[in-house]
Amino acid sequence: MEILNLLVGGFAVAFEPLNLGLVIFGCTVGLFIGAMPGLGSVNGVAILLPMTFLVPPTSAVIFLAAIYYGAMYGGAISSIMLGIPGASTAVATTFDGRPLALKGHADKALIAAAVASFVGGTISVILFTAFAPPLAEVALAFGPPEGFALMIMAFATFVGLGGDDVAKTLFSICIGLALSAVGLDIISGEPRLIFFDLPGFFHGINFLVLAIGIYGIGEMLWTVEVSKGNVEMSKATVSVARLITALKEISKTWKTMLMGSFLGYFVGILPAAGATPGALMAYGIAKSTAKDPDSFGKGNIAGVVAPESANNAASTGSMLPMLTLGIPGSPTTAILLGGMVIWGLEPGPLLFINHTEFVWGLIASLYAANLFALLINIAFIPAFIMVLKMPFTILAPIIFSLCVVGGYVPTQDMHDVWLMLIFGIVGYLMRKLDYPLAPAVLAIVLGPIAEPAMRQSLIGSHGDVMIFFNRPIAGTIMVIAILLLLMPVFKMIRDRYKSKPGPGQPV
Amino acid sequence: MRTAELVMALCLAAFSAYLMIKSAELPIGWIPGEGPGGGAFPFWLGAVMMLCCASTLYKWYRRSSPQSLSSEPYMDKDTLRMFITIGGSLTVMIGAIHFIGVYFSLPLFLMFYLRFLGRHSWPLVAGVAIITPVFTFFFFEIALLKTLPKGFTEPLFYPLYDIFL
Repeated sequence: MEILNLLVGGFAVAFEPLNLGLVIFGCTVGLFIGAMPGLGSVNGVAILLPMTFLVPPTSAVIFLAAIYYGAMYGGAISSIMLGIPGASTAVATTFDGRPLALKGHADKALIAAAVASFVGGTISVILFTAFAPPLAEVALAFGPPEGFALMIMAFATFVGLGGDDVAKTLFSICIGLALSAVGLDIISGEPRLIFFDLPGFFHGINFLVLAIGIYGIGEMLWTVEVSKGNVEMSKATVSVARLITALKEISKTWKTMLMGSFLGYFVGILPAAGATPGALMAYGIAKSTAKDPDSFGKGNIAGVVAPESANNAASTGSMLPMLTLGIPGSPTTAILLGGMVIWGLEPGPLLFINHTEFVWGLIASLYAANLFALLINIAFIPAFIMVLKMPFTILAPIIFSLCVVGGYVPTQDMHDVWLMLIFGIVGYLMRKLDYPLAPAVLAIVLGPIAEPAMRQSLIGSHGDVMIFFNRPIAGTIMVIAILLLLMPVFKMIRDRYKSKPGPGQPV
Repeated sequence: MRTAELVMALCLAAFSAYLMIKSAELPIGWIPGEGPGGGAFPFWLGAVMMLCCASTLYKWYRRSSPQSLSSEPYMDKDTLRMFITIGGSLTVMIGAIHFIGVYFSLPLFLMFYLRFLGRHSWPLVAGVAIITPVFTFFFFEIALLKTLPKGFTEPLFYPLYDIFL
């Protein structure tokens, strides 16, 4: 009952005119960003975060969460219409969405994606509402050792479950943490890692500089390269009669929707996993449990429903550990977390006590965002299709300009703009060699929390490392983390004993 | 691709080494009763990074990673041209901000990109090149009160400050 009361209070916050307006605006912007090939929620949130300093923190977070939501819906649009995923989270949607569009059923695929997203989003927000308060309560007992253990586990998931080259993943985590250590040593206050003695490094490296560099400049370079050449756009005819027949057919896939929603939600909670593997797994399960697995990949509507319900559910799922524990479940939530720290809304269990109104306002806004994203999505399908026709050579320079201005604003230092350019270019070059970059962004956000947690724990224990293992919760988490870190070794041994190599992990 | 993998791993290893040297300016050892010194955290991160690079280099030598086997070019000619043009124009644009400020540098960059890379019509080019900085000015300087760098063009903005601030 208490939860319902809090939720009602949350709706009062979410329905304040400014916040409601921002939810609707955020959903629309998110849908457009998601619909553009190559741009997804993480890019939108990273590039637009500096602009949200205009509104109060609560409204800013609500706006960014709405963008996150909208982008999850929008990703399907370019997957279906162009065959290019609007974001990595919508890769699985192309498998059946594109064939459907080529057969002249683009409208059906688009509506299926929207409805599935809505179902996935709604189920996951309900699960979120139910799980968040008890989890936050448990987390209240956590001290620095538990916090540090959790962060180690978050990084370990990348190594164990990320599916990328282990050495490159580990490198990415470490470089993110190392960059976060630049500036002043938190305990002794001495300057540290002032590269080339440049004064700009004294104030540290803002996480936004890395995030905008990688997800703004680096991503645009990547997209310009990938989207070379002409792509063929499918036609979509929309009419009420077709809408009703489509909805009838979609309603038959409710089981797939439920499966995708629950799977996506729980995969989303894991730090390294997030929406992309969640969607791919849901697609795989839908295919393997279907009566007619052969029709998948040739335009089966369930092949659109499964990944779309899963990726929306995962995006909400990844908010759960971010808000309750302060450990982000995806790169987008990592950037949200960084933003919240700037605004003094430090995520973690205390947030639920000290900023009750904000937390429940945000949760309530997710319900609202879900509904508005569905309505806007279906009502403006033709408008989103027009966006896809906009040449990338107009969009790209505008986004580059926004990146430069956005990189300057948080610290008002040109040094950071240069740094952002370097990160963008080096990030792009590294990405071409399959270095995963999401761990670095997660690490630069978590670094300033991880290092003090570790050192405070050690000061508390007079330098005894066993503090991370003696305490029951921290110890359990550490053991899980170590097992995850050793996963690649287990896999190697297993592969050596098996003549046939195991099934490849989805990246 | 094979060469690129090697060069990248070597560069990153060099950066790791630099990071370790830089961290060593602070105590990196174990301070009894207190735990690691201020430089220890980044120092050991640098060490792990170095190991990761070593592993990548070993795989390169053994030819056991996909990149070390690939004979595809790291960048084909078109990509390279794109990379140099865009990267170069961004560098010039950011460099120019120091002198002529954001409000002259951005439009020049937009004009260059839209006209020479995008081959769009002049009215569209002019539209984007004017609207973007005007929007930026009102959003950041007026609404957010965050001054953007203007270089020597600062005096041109005094009348605007008088009107809006």
